[in-house]
Amino acid sequence: MSLSRPSDHIDSPEPSTDPSITQPKLGIVGYLRFFWRQLTSMRTALFLLLMLAFASIPGSLVPQRSSDPNGVIQFRVDNPDLFPVLDNLQVFTTYTSVWFSSIYLLLFVSLIGCIIPRTKHHIDALRARPPKTPARLGRLAGFTSFDARADAASAISTGRALLRKQGYRTELFSSTVRGVTSHSVSAERGYLRETGNLVFHTALVGVLISVAIGGSFGYSGQRVVVEGQKFVNVLGDYDSFNPGRFFESDVLAPFRINLDEFSASYSGTGLATDYSAFVTTTDAEGTEDTADIKVNEPLDIGGTQVFLLGNGYAPTITVRDPEGTVVWTDSVPFLPQDTNLTSLGVVKVPDGLAEQVGMIGFFYPTAATLESGALTSGYPALVDPLLTLRVYTGDLGLDAGVPRSVYQLDTEDLTAVAGQGAPVEALEITPGESVDLPNGLGTVELTDVKRFASFDVHNDPSQIWVLSFAILILAGLFTGLFIPRRRVWIKAIENADGTITLEYAGLARGEDPRLEAAVADISAAHAKQLGLKVEP
Amino acid sequence: MNLTLETTSLLAIYSAMALYTIAFIAFTVDLARRSALVQAAVVEAPVAQAVAASASGAVSGSTRLLEKADAPVAPPRASKAMRMALAFTTIGFVLHAVGVVLRGLAAGYAPWSNMYGFAITATGVIVGVFLLVQFWQDLKFLGAYIVGFCLAFLGLATVNFYVAVAPQPPALQSTWLVIHVFVAILGTSFFALGGGLSLVQLLQARREARGGAGFRFLATLPDAQKLENLAYRLILVGFVFWTFTLIAGAVWAERAWGRYWGWDTKEVWTFIIWTIYAGYIHARATRGWRGSRSAWLAIIGFAAVMFNFTVVNLFFKGLHAYSGL
Repeated sequence: MSLSRPSDHIDSPEPSTDPSITQPKLGIVGYLRFFWRQLTSMRTALFLLLMLAFASIPGSLVPQRSSDPNGVIQFRVDNPDLFPVLDNLQVFTTYTSVWFSSIYLLLFVSLIGCIIPRTKHHIDALRARPPKTPARLGRLAGFTSFDARADAASAISTGRALLRKQGYRTELFSSTVRGVTSHSVSAERGYLRETGNLVFHTALVGVLISVAIGGSFGYSGQRVVVEGQKFVNVLGDYDSFNPGRFFESDVLAPFRINLDEFSASYSGTGLATDYSAFVTTTDAEGTEDTADIKVNEPLDIGGTQVFLLGNGYAPTITVRDPEGTVVWTDSVPFLPQDTNLTSLGVVKVPDGLAEQVGMIGFFYPTAATLESGALTSGYPALVDPLLTLRVYTGDLGLDAGVPRSVYQLDTEDLTAVAGQGAPVEALEITPGESVDLPNGLGTVELTDVKRFASFDVHNDPSQIWVLSFAILILAGLFTGLFIPRRRVWIKAIENADGTITLEYAGLARGEDPRLEAAVADISAAHAKQLGLKVEP
Repeated sequence: MNLTLETTSLLAIYSAMALYTIAFIAFTVDLARRSALVQAAVVEAPVAQAVAASASGAVSGSTRLLEKADAPVAPPRASKAMRMALAFTTIGFVLHAVGVVLRGLAAGYAPWSNMYGFAITATGVIVGVFLLVQFWQDLKFLGAYIVGFCLAFLGLATVNFYVAVAPQPPALQSTWLVIHVFVAILGTSFFALGGGLSLVQLLQARREARGGAGFRFLATLPDAQKLENLAYRLILVGFVFWTFTLIAGAVWAERAWGRYWGWDTKEVWTFIIWTIYAGYIHARATRGWRGSRSAWLAIIGFAAVMFNFTVVNLFFKGLHAYSGL
């Protein structure tokens, strides 16, 4: 039964190194078989496992495009020489790189090559009866023997009952060799060990397949929503969208989310203690409902989940022309720059004024002055809010048809008219206040300060599969590692003087540190049942 | 009120450290005493062997007796130093536990959302598991290693990681914090014990290979084979806990960040550790990898666990940025 182990398991014989043996020449099939054997051997699996651990390291040292795209851009700026080298080596996409993928794919092929024959073998083993009792038990684990005055056959049937009670599968044998008659029971238990083992390894393959296939059908998208605004789950309403490979836009569940209010609480030292996004949801039938989305409490709607990812301030800015007519007004999400929510945002006013106007704004929820004289925010909540604006005029480039980020203003071709590089200081505005734009362009007012929340909408149909396989992994691991697979034999040999010699022994099949104790327990229990007093 | 709970917690931790220091010295004295005992046994050995030889005589089947004469020289019972060390460790552990509980009460939640809280909890659990494991197997000889390690780590934690109790950030407000982190700590404890045993195993194997030359106290400890078996069994338990940590972490990540796996630096290292220990388990079934090679894997695995907690937490960028520093 050594086949239930990988071929190079330690209990297989040492490979022959006899120089007199000449290996037969291998054909193509022979070589294929040879490589398959090599690939599915335990030694290769071990090597690939350690390689996988090693190959994972670079991805933790260098920012990854998947989890930290801005980090990659920064890395490029900081290490202009190293970047192209590493980029060619696919280090910035370590976990989808050719080399990382080939290691884990080989590992999984090796795994499958191991699982299939072992499964076949295990099914055979499950159907088989316990094997014939060995002729000599003396050299096996936990061997004990004593003489007793009893009937051999009935002693063995008592033993069998005992073993059965302990979950052993049993088989009776009797033999007469050179006039010596012996009865024995051969027993085996712990088939669940190999079952668990196979379940564990199969479930690993299951996880890989679920991730690979399931992930391709799902999608994730991000959207920033300002208080009072709504988000509709259609492709065009996302700020960014990552579809899986087989994603079709008609799978987007029809729903609408309105952000009624976003509330954040902070401790006295400015640490966040709670974020809550109070929303009103509308489903396909038009049924309205309210919900409270928190960081660890996503909203389940239409088979997708909506997560609260981030938040910040969205000052409402109104720009008027010299006559007082509103030419532009909006709540602009400002991106937080530090823990006290010093926030950065951009306003672009292409029409309605004498010139196109672009503004870079800093918003300080609680304005404070650094020793250097620069402004900063001293606390994340709105205690003493202040908005500063650098104003630029010129061609904003919006008509060129080139996509521009709403969070960035390219100031290279613009003229600074207020703030850095301009004769006039940056504009400072408090809520409700209106200040003049330079050069008589008009006025700008900080009408209101709202909060925004950024949501991550996720649909991953593979999740339930991954979770199920993960649970199987754990269950398989538990049974595969902690249930001992063992054989135990009880033999009664009829002696010439009418007594019998009872022998007990066991055999470990895999790790079984408690085997000897188990055999000792069985012999003691059996002796007790037979009414024997055993002297050690 | 909070301040008093917090300072009392720190006081309890400092007291536990003082007791651990005494325990560490006593454990070391015990190891030294074992060395002395071996020396005495070496002097007496020829006599004992002569007695054994004459007793067994020419009777066949004397193998049993020979085996017994070969058995490790074990101190008849725990030395005074050992009993003292255990007593101090136990009292130290109680104070340590009080320190952790008070920290939790001061914070109002399971106190492992920053490195200081995590470090005092982890060292406490490691000492606790070390004490409990003694009921299963006599591993008291690891006392100097375990208590020394925890003491050094507590020193690092109180001096370098200490932060005042702070409110729990929204990202950590989840029951998964309790489950995920606590099981990770349990896994770490078993890996710590397994790593220690593997270290002793390497020393023992070297001593056996040199025919007895090496640290003398090793003669009073189990042989390399037995040490390997014990390390393996402890690491198996650790591995199951670690697998659970990984899965629970993924479930929580799905809840909090909307994806169950994103190759965040901490996730990567947890995965690396899992893979190393998976390799360790397979090494036992691979010819040429039993013994010292697999022991090295166990040690590398534990080193990776420590790396994951210290270097990755402090210097790597990622979503698990909860060091509080």
